[in-house]
Amino acid sequence: MDAVTPHRVDARGLLCPLPVIRLQDAAKTLPPNSLVELIGTDPGILNDVPAWCRINGHQILESREENGEFHVLLKLGE
Amino acid sequence: MVLQKHIRPFSDIISIIFPAVIDPMTQFQPKAVALISGGLDSMLAAKVVMEQGVHVEGINFYTGFCVEGHTHAIRKKDRNKPKRNNALWVAEQLGIKLHIVDVIEEYKDVLTNPRHGYGANLNPCLDCKIFMVGKAKQWIQDNGFDFIITGEVIGQRPKSQRKETMPIVARESGADDRLLRPLCAKNLPPTLPEREGWVDREKLYDFSGRTRKPQMALAKQFGLVDYAQPAGGCCFLTDENYSRKLSDLWQARGEKQYELDDIMLLKVGRHIRPAPHFKLIVAREEGEGRFLQGYKNRFTHLQPVSHGGPLTLIDGKPSEQDLELAARILARYSQGRDAEMVEVEATQAGQSRFFKVPPMKPHEIPAEWML
Ligand code: SF4
Repeated sequence: MDAVTPHRVDARGLLCPLPVIRLQDAAKTLPPNSLVELIGTDPGILNDVPAWCRINGHQILESREENGEFHVLLKLGE
Repeated sequence: MVLQKHIRPFSDIISIIFPAVIDPMTQFQPKAVALISGGLDSMLAAKVVMEQGVHVEGINFYTGFCVEGHTHAIRKKDRNKPKRNNALWVAEQLGIKLHIVDVIEEYKDVLTNPRHGYGANLNPCLDCKIFMVGKAKQWIQDNGFDFIITGEVIGQRPKSQRKETMPIVARESGADDRLLRPLCAKNLPPTLPEREGWVDREKLYDFSGRTRKPQMALAKQFGLVDYAQPAGGCCFLTDENYSRKLSDLWQARGEKQYELDDIMLLKVGRHIRPAPHFKLIVAREEGEGRFLQGYKNRFTHLQPVSHGGPLTLIDGKPSEQDLELAARILARYSQGRDAEMVEVEATQAGQSRFFKVPPMKPHEIPAEWML
């Protein structure tokens, strides 16, 4: 994986808090400053992922909705 | 005496300089993990210990039954309500890390074989507490933490939080005296964190009984507002309707087992069981319909075609006759409910067929079919 290709976490079809759990578990295996893209269908992601990022010092770079799917791009903290 | 009053012991001076209980010689700062449900009690318990300078992180267990969010995400009418995960919110308010742990698989055994039985509904609260504290015990061992905090209060819940259950949870979880309940610690024997001086027992509390007033007063003292106050408990298993649907599922299958999809579907739609070997799950509104769409490839499903109407999944093994009956029931919930005939498409293993049926009248659907 090159530096700019985000690690993808596919949480489509999962209801909160499972997307956050999948994200958290992926983050544990990745080095600091990694880019991660979470894709999900539960709109709760738009609240829970930012809250999780604030708690853990990660940064949301972009979040958008596309064809009923939510994409959140974030950068893991140090 | 007067002199003694003015000469403070070294440790006292240190604790003024360092409000945290960091041992100046060893630089040891005790670390605790707090079980965070998202409700007020666990929030207060964590806060009380943090105030004493202990490093606290939160842990939250996801069993699949947690009230957090699901139906908000599904039902359209709830979509615009501000929705938050209360455990994350609590962690953010406290400024602590939160570890959310997926225990869906392991929890199945807790729920289907509770050694201490169920509460008023299918809530195995005592076994659940033992299980969660046990998992937290494992977590502190793996992560080099010293003790566990819960928000339990003696007498707060008639079955699971009693004076007699407190030592059971400590013992059967294996946490023993590394389990601290800051809100009622003064009513219990001193635990390791108290004996070691990691926390000052005098600054812990002696709450007991069902009243919520002391918790609310403490919340006010800490300046905590807008906290969640779930009525029944932290999960769907305390809900009578939900428990009824779950026991129906077990009865229909002839065994106490479930998958995550089963327990998600119990939260959605109208469940109607005309016979032991099949039931209908009828979407009640657009949001539920969208949610059920995600399952339709795995289920026999029905949809009215001559009129607007809800997507309906069939759980079980319906015969041709059963499908016709299901089509009549579904027609009753379609826009053709007053029409003479409604055409319904039934899809089973990718094969479609069509039924033209008279909608059932509401009084023709026996009350006992409605779960
Ligand atoms: S209410 Fe549910 S989550 Fe809470 S202790 Fe009881 S069974 Fe466990």
